[in-house]
Amino acid sequence: MFEKEKLKTIKTEKEKWDCGPVEKVCAKFPERKTTFTTISGEEVERLYTPLDMADFDYDTKLGFPGEYPFTRGVQPTMYRGRFWTMRQYAGFGTARETNERYRYLLEQGQTGLSVAFDLPTQSGYDSDHALSMGEVGKVGVAIDSVDDMRVLFDQIPLDKVTTSMTINAPATVLLAMYLALAEEQGVPYSKVGGTVQNDILKEIICRGQYIYPPLPSMRLTVDLIKYCYEQVPRWNTISISGYHIREAGSTAAQEMAFTIANGITYVQSCIDRGMEVDSFAPRLSFFYNAFTNVLEEVAKFRAGRRYWARVMKERFGAENPRSLMMRYHVQTGGVTLTAQQPLNNVVRVALQTLATAYGGAQSLHTNSYDEALCLPTEEAVTVALRTQQVVAEESGAADTIDPLAGSYYVEAMTDQIEAEIDDYIQKIDAMGGTLKAIDEGYVQKEIQDSAYRFQKEIESNERVYVGINRYTMKEPPPTNLLKVDPRQREIETEKLEKLRAERDPKSWKAALERLDEVSRTDENVMPAVIEAVKARATVGEICDVWRKIWGEYRPKEFV
Amino acid sequence: MTGKKRIKVIMAKPGLDGHDRGAKLLARVFAEAGMEVVYTGLRQTPEMIVEAALQEDADVVGLSSLSGVHNYFFPRVVELLKENGLEEVLVVGGGIIPDEDVPGLKDAGVAAIFGPGTKTEDIVTFIQEKFSSN
Repeated sequence: MFEKEKLKTIKTEKEKWDCGPVEKVCAKFPERKTTFTTISGEEVERLYTPLDMADFDYDTKLGFPGEYPFTRGVQPTMYRGRFWTMRQYAGFGTARETNERYRYLLEQGQTGLSVAFDLPTQSGYDSDHALSMGEVGKVGVAIDSVDDMRVLFDQIPLDKVTTSMTINAPATVLLAMYLALAEEQGVPYSKVGGTVQNDILKEIICRGQYIYPPLPSMRLTVDLIKYCYEQVPRWNTISISGYHIREAGSTAAQEMAFTIANGITYVQSCIDRGMEVDSFAPRLSFFYNAFTNVLEEVAKFRAGRRYWARVMKERFGAENPRSLMMRYHVQTGGVTLTAQQPLNNVVRVALQTLATAYGGAQSLHTNSYDEALCLPTEEAVTVALRTQQVVAEESGAADTIDPLAGSYYVEAMTDQIEAEIDDYIQKIDAMGGTLKAIDEGYVQKEIQDSAYRFQKEIESNERVYVGINRYTMKEPPPTNLLKVDPRQREIETEKLEKLRAERDPKSWKAALERLDEVSRTDENVMPAVIEAVKARATVGEICDVWRKIWGEYRPKEFV
Repeated sequence: MTGKKRIKVIMAKPGLDGHDRGAKLLARVFAEAGMEVVYTGLRQTPEMIVEAALQEDADVVGLSSLSGVHNYFFPRVVELLKENGLEEVLVVGGGIIPDEDVPGLKDAGVAAIFGPGTKTEDIVTFIQEKFSSN
């Protein structure tokens, strides 16, 4: 990038600057800290110069948008063509209430849907199960059967929207319901588009919504991927998620590294099941966090894209350019929000949105400023969506592609994070892969150590967090918080009773028996799951079939 | 603390909520403060938590919930502790808990609620003070 002679001169000049003006000023006015670090603990120098990019080769490090190694983005025109998809994750209470919120969001200019399911649905329990007590309709919508799904998408044509579903252990079941509904609406599978999270490894690592042991869980994951490749070509079959790893306390580099490690495991599992890498890899997608340190986040995204492209090409021999692309959704950092002075969160989310735009994401959910207090109110959700619209339409960040490329700092940080990713991948490979590393608690421990370090930094005032350890003030208790109807469980239980009384017991029983049979073989479970949901089997009933065969996962706790 | 046994804490995640960053972090902080800590893991019913408290002869039960189920679970744990003759056990809670729910939880017998942004040392001090006065 730079001529040797030129670099030499810069080096000499920089040494002079360090020993001259810098030293002089520091003697009189010491810097605020002896070392500066990002929120992840990455060391940050006083100044970055061409010296930090000495062996920088444009072609191998960056290339062009839409071309290998995709550092600058996965599409040739990026946001000049169209903005990222603004996709607010929403769901609470009954399917009816959530449907109203969806239609409101679509009217407000949102371009895709994102379903939040309540915890019973995510853990494969019906609303009337003992463990669902207190949880029904709380953090998401309660879906027990295809009947609820029909209400959830009432007046929403499934060939006109794309839908992302945060569902993992029972992903096959919820996708089956969505497909059954598409069929009812007369929409062919080929026109159905969306995403299921379907990422069981990060559930085991840190999110906790697992049901079955890792191996049968992986089998369900791969069955879904395989089925969609054959039947639902526009479906993103997995959203390999770093988001929750970061929420659990990891650094930016760890978030990217452990996600890529999980990604490698999924790709290998599909290959082991006899799939060609270029058949399924184009539909893999990712999901990341965005914190407030804008430049570190941008570097993380760029490093991740470049590293993944190399993994797919060099490790797995993928040839289809789409197989090499790390396409991803972003959600702004939930844990970065404070319950103190909640309006400050609007600013945090705006910076995180900017980082996401500079980083080149395909879609984004912005958190609402009141989420450290409760589920978001409609007003807060609207501000969150408007934040994306302001960044997209007014900031200029969307007008040129990868505008921070070539910044000495951003390129150096991109390299630094990429090196850390590589370091972790090598370590995990040496341990025998992610499943082993998780079983030994290595990944969990690394994340917890980072969470602990961060907490200590805050409590020792080493790191300033506005409203938490500095600029604090007395505040009146917050008002206008969203409440979920506490009678949710009764409402859902009544619906379930009705469903069980109404459905045809013969076809219901036959469908579940068929599912049981298929699940004990190597056959893909998806067709049998679709038949079961059409016969109005519930999420809990279907998941119970597998609980009987595979048992339930109980993790070792690593504290 | 001299001459007295170490304070024993059960850290528990009631319900289906999987967010355990706070619970695990506190488990570590308590251990470093000299307490004995048992983390139950996820998906605990009130019965399971009380059983753990009974088995472990716990002094403190720490409950963490971010999914909005505190109003059901926290009082239920207190109630079951009483039923099992464990009314001496100190119950504290944390997570995403709206201010307006706090008085009700305290009335139900939860000694304190620690929301987001609480310093861990404040929680440690709170617990230690409760036991030093005994």
